[in-house]
Amino acid sequence: MRFGVVIFPGTWSDCDFHYVIGEVLRQPVKYVWHRDTDLGDLDCVILPGGFSYGDYLRAGAVAGRSPVVEALPDFVARGGYVLGSCNGFQILCEARMLPGALLRNECLQYRCQSTHLFVENAETPFTRGLRPGQVLKMPISHGEGKYYADPETLRTLKARNQIVFRYSTEAGDVTKEANPNGSIENIAGIVNEAGTVLGLMPHPERAAETAMGGTDGLLLFHSLIGSLVEDGSVLNR
Amino acid sequence: MRARVFVRLKRGILDPQGSAVKRALEGLGYREVQELRVGKVLELELEGTDPGQAHGRLEEMCRRLLANPVTEEFTVEIVEDGARPRLA
Repeated sequence: MRFGVVIFPGTWSDCDFHYVIGEVLRQPVKYVWHRDTDLGDLDCVILPGGFSYGDYLRAGAVAGRSPVVEALPDFVARGGYVLGSCNGFQILCEARMLPGALLRNECLQYRCQSTHLFVENAETPFTRGLRPGQVLKMPISHGEGKYYADPETLRTLKARNQIVFRYSTEAGDVTKEANPNGSIENIAGIVNEAGTVLGLMPHPERAAETAMGGTDGLLLFHSLIGSLVEDGSVLNR
Repeated sequence: MRARVFVRLKRGILDPQGSAVKRALEGLGYREVQELRVGKVLELELEGTDPGQAHGRLEEMCRRLLANPVTEEFTVEIVEDGARPRLA
């Protein structure tokens, strides 16, 4: 599976993703500049965390209108996968490829800490290798990660099983105390209707080696890589 | 032609930044402040002289970039030529 890691001015998790995909998972990976629009040789595009364009105006607002992001809907329509983490999630919402928005943390603090994630949907290409109800451990690092959607959007997300991860306790209880940023209903990650675009505030690339305190982030990649093999499908381009 | 765009969080969306500023004002003794919400003002200098056309273009800019329709609302103001936009 061929991965592309997008770099915007101000991206900071690009090298981490590149290292994890190339060195830990031994998958082909290259960097994609924010002005590139040719994604034809890729199977999965990663939008990493950081402060794209300084997060001016709103987090992810300018990046959400950049050439590479404007090329993503076609890429997804052709069968490509997109994973946006942290600023990448904000960008996907700003680009309206995912519903809702990310607001300033309710606590007003930048939160850099470990979190536990309750796996709500284990049927997406990114979570197929997991069990529903499984609890993953991944760090967060953000000041604007409070997921918000209006009541109607929230109902649609639930009806279509688009909520993938919720912040929980280590035991998997979705409680107010386990919610680090005030996200509505503890939502930490969602997918598009087809399940091929995942946005999450936590950082899977920072939970990819034992030395980093855990490897649960790799499970998303193993699911993704494995799903292609199981299907036996090669993306048609 | 000059224009001003005001962008603010929709009513009903919690504004923790506004709450923090309100608490700071209370700390300075301004206890009469019942509510405070933080928004943004964008000042634009535009080509052209047709305020009606400019208004439509500005609203389009708001919908496409300047405001996030999920969480924010906006108002657009044209300031006549010669008059500099002034912050109240």
